[in-house]
Amino acid sequence: MRAGAVRAFGALLLRDVRVLGKNLPGLLVRIIMQPLLFTFVFAYVLPKTGMGFIGGSGFATVLVPGLIATSTFFQGIQSVALQLTQDFGFTKEIEDRVLAPLPVWGVGAGKIAAGVVQSVLAALVVFPIVLVVHAKGQAPHVHVHDVALLVLALLVTCLLGSAFGLAIGVVVEPRQIPFVFALVVLPATLLGCVYYPWSTLHTVRWLQVVVLLNPVVYMSEAFRGVLTPGVHHMPLGVSLGAMAALAVAFTAIGLRGFRRRVVS
Amino acid sequence: MSVPTIRTRALRKVYGGRREAVAVDGIDLEVPAGMFFGLLGPNGAGKSTVIGMLTTRVDPTSGTAEIDGIDVRRHPAAAKRLLGVVSQTNTLDRSLNVAENLEFHGRYFGMRGREAKARAAELLETFQLADRARSSVAALSGGLAQRLMVARALVHRPAVLFLDEPTTGIDPQTRINLWEQLRALHAQGQTILLTTHYLDEADALCERIAVVDHGRVLADDSPAGLKREHGSDTLITMTVEGGGLEGLRAQAEALPAVAQAVLDGDRLRVTAGDSEGLLATLVSAAADRGVTVHDASSQPPSLESVFLALTGRELRE
Ligand SMILES: Nc1ncnc2c1ncn2[C@@H]1O[C@H](COP(=O)(O)OP(=O)(O)OP(=O)(O)O)[C@@H](O)[C@H]1O
Ligand SMILES: [Mg+2]
Repeated sequence: MRAGAVRAFGALLLRDVRVLGKNLPGLLVRIIMQPLLFTFVFAYVLPKTGMGFIGGSGFATVLVPGLIATSTFFQGIQSVALQLTQDFGFTKEIEDRVLAPLPVWGVGAGKIAAGVVQSVLAALVVFPIVLVVHAKGQAPHVHVHDVALLVLALLVTCLLGSAFGLAIGVVVEPRQIPFVFALVVLPATLLGCVYYPWSTLHTVRWLQVVVLLNPVVYMSEAFRGVLTPGVHHMPLGVSLGAMAALAVAFTAIGLRGFRRRVVS
Repeated sequence: MSVPTIRTRALRKVYGGRREAVAVDGIDLEVPAGMFFGLLGPNGAGKSTVIGMLTTRVDPTSGTAEIDGIDVRRHPAAAKRLLGVVSQTNTLDRSLNVAENLEFHGRYFGMRGREAKARAAELLETFQLADRARSSVAALSGGLAQRLMVARALVHRPAVLFLDEPTTGIDPQTRINLWEQLRALHAQGQTILLTTHYLDEADALCERIAVVDHGRVLADDSPAGLKREHGSDTLITMTVEGGGLEGLRAQAEALPAVAQAVLDGDRLRVTAGDSEGLLATLVSAAADRGVTVHDASSQPPSLESVFLALTGRELRE
């Protein structure tokens, strides 16, 4: 019985990975585009133009954790939420998978697991890009002291993104999901301490407090902590703790909403 | 006494929302293993909701539903192993091709890769889809998609196959093909619950039919039993001419088998429970009275009349 549920879960995950594989070329383009352009412009072009006060090594160092965080996070959201537009769409094609012999929440959890797979893939693709693309002598200062912490930060980011994607996917009407997604990405990124460390916001105190509502802040700061400890960052316990708490909350919202969607 | 494959007790579903809607209003069903059972009812009768509750996708408001003795509400994951479902809409996985739709369904039910592939190949053969194995499911015609849905529901060899209005919106030829396939499955012992709003479909396929309307079962019997019980009667219509028509009408009505005889212009309509030899009797009675019979016809009892008698309305598309 339990073994059957585990195998069903594995099969659902396998199905999502198979679909991911079918869409791989387009997916890779989407993953690579943003971080590649950012590092190209800020770590290569601007230093070359002599506008090093904007770009350059210091900025590249600030940028690397933020780009990895956002690429991973948004890939997780997108992977789950956009898939659900089709799953819940007009034909409700997820119905056959909901009839698989496992509890309904297991089917929702499978969606999160598939999102984690896709966002880990995104992180693996983005890492080398942001490390390698820069003008001569403008390399970001990356020092990984603790690989386990890096892996932990990465997994929690993937989980948070996928759980957030599921929560959006079940709360928002399928047709509206691409719209909501577009609406969320820009503010979450620009106000997510991606391009500047959170500590620098102390000059705009109210903003420094308000952005704490933005999950992206904790990811950017956590990746700073594990990748570029030389840059000022939140204590890892705080950023990782906040991410874990948010991941649990969104998972709960997502799984409950998922059930409500598929069982009337 | 073995456990019935499907059993519901006082099953009820009230949809919430701004206006409460009683979709299913206390339904008791018992379907033994191997039976081809039909739920016949008009649009909105509650057929899909009954299937939804039996297949764990609709939460009952009250009452119980059991498959092979397993309470679907308390043990949904266990119950789902026993269910094969062909829902009213096309729910094929459009991200997978035809063969993958079957293979992955098998994997969801615990088959290993090779086993799932073999089972998929077998069903593609049975349902004459082998040449479309690598097609995208979006490219399938309605009839082929329907066949693939049935094949998919059978991959894991379910104890009971549910089909929710499988032939609505499908051309007559495809419909007949599906009927053949379902008959073959039934002959192999597959328990089947089918919903339909086609009387001829229920009549042609089902061993027992529950007529539902407004969420209630109005009658539950074999097609013949339904016709006997509720199917009012055989209707004999004669076109007649001459004097003494009223006398003929009275004589007809006095016959023991006749329920009613009505004269309407030159037409005499006789309804009777037992129609054997009645037409001949009426024709010779007319001859004795010097009445000319231009035309006479006899309509056997039909589900159409059963339905009319039970619900007070005709079931038309
Ligand atoms: N999710 C829902 N929310 C609210 N009301 C619903 C819902 N699903 C069905 N209903 C209502 O419940 C009643 C029964 O619907 P159901 O779909 O079970 O009927 P049906 O017999 O399958 O009809 P059809 O032949 O049109 O498929 C209808 O009045 C319908 O409007
Ligand atoms: Mg229906």
